[in-house]
Amino acid sequence: MKTDELISMLSTNVERVERHQVMRTLGAAILIGGVAAFVAMLLVLGVRTDLPKTSAVTHLPLKLVFTTGTIVLTSIALIKLARPGGEYRTPVALVALPFVVIMLLAGLSLASAPSSHWDEMIIGDNWLVCLLSIPLIAIVPFAMIVWAVRRAAPTDLVRAGALAGLVAGGVSASAYALHCTDDSLPFVALWYGGTIALCTIAGAALGPRLLRW
Amino acid sequence: MATIEAELKGLMVAGLDGDAAAHRALLDKLSRRLRAFYKTRLERIGRGATEAEDLVQEALLAIHIQRHTYDPTEPLTPWIYAIARYKLIDHLRTTSSQLTDAPIERAAELFAQDDHVGAESAYDLRRLLDQLPSKMRQAIQCVKIDGLSVIEAASQCGISESAVKVNVHRGLKRLAATIAREKQRHEDG
Repeated sequence: MKTDELISMLSTNVERVERHQVMRTLGAAILIGGVAAFVAMLLVLGVRTDLPKTSAVTHLPLKLVFTTGTIVLTSIALIKLARPGGEYRTPVALVALPFVVIMLLAGLSLASAPSSHWDEMIIGDNWLVCLLSIPLIAIVPFAMIVWAVRRAAPTDLVRAGALAGLVAGGVSASAYALHCTDDSLPFVALWYGGTIALCTIAGAALGPRLLRW
Repeated sequence: MATIEAELKGLMVAGLDGDAAAHRALLDKLSRRLRAFYKTRLERIGRGATEAEDLVQEALLAIHIQRHTYDPTEPLTPWIYAIARYKLIDHLRTTSSQLTDAPIERAAELFAQDDHVGAESAYDLRRLLDQLPSKMRQAIQCVKIDGLSVIEAASQCGISESAVKVNVHRGLKRLAATIAREKQRHEDG
């Protein structure tokens, strides 16, 4: 085929392209992934039963600020990074901000507590459930986000995959937070932060295979 | 360089608004730059001009299919360059070449031109189209080759206008995927 023929074909009846398609597709994927994560949490684990209690009411929002902060900051970066060449103009350091903040708070909280309490604060009651639930609940959101990111034609598949995993981990952790009764900051920093980081690493490893276009 | 960027970006933005002449001018100008870009890099590893033309066409197809991913608030050339580079790396990977053999600079080096207008790739458009599902093939034939309007194509095929548009878009994506698959098979077999 001559290149001229191809150009003629591509430029016959050129359609108008809708703006903000990348943002809308990614937004929809995160939203649907969030609903799926919430439903999975509701069906398998259930919302924590002590919700009216004061300790739950004060700690739950804090956890949600951490997880949704991660979602928002990472999504903003991903909308740029998911496009061709996005890796050259997207600063990604900002996505670590929620992690830095939660670790500082965890450190402060440990420092202000007697060391005999540290074990309990760090290990909590249900670390194993947390460790398993967040990555498992993240699978469906991750699949949705990968689908959306691939449509944006990323050219750095490792980084795009990592950010997709990070958003999915944040979405999953937000849903899990509604179930989880471990409220100490060191617990959140270690087990939430750790599992979300795990999702990020998994995303980076799977990116080159899943995101190729 | 700044004037080339402004010129190409103007054409791209007009094309995104549905200006066919601007889109044609853009693809035509880009094809010359892509040809120079790929030829130089493939020559260094002893590959021929037809192979470069294959890549020019793959990149043009990708630029067309992915144009919704271009953000007009950003400069155009880095976006084009990223696609050109991505296609080159992908090509070298499937044709089992050492990536280190073909130096790929990050700096946008898309400003050389090669005006060999009649250049041909090894792809046979007819044969590629024949591999598409009939709805997509028909839509592309009517709208993109025979030049019927979407309305005319819709009444001829007995489907809605939006279905015609969807079939054209999906068909072009499928066409690009078919090329990638054949390349892979060619290498494996």
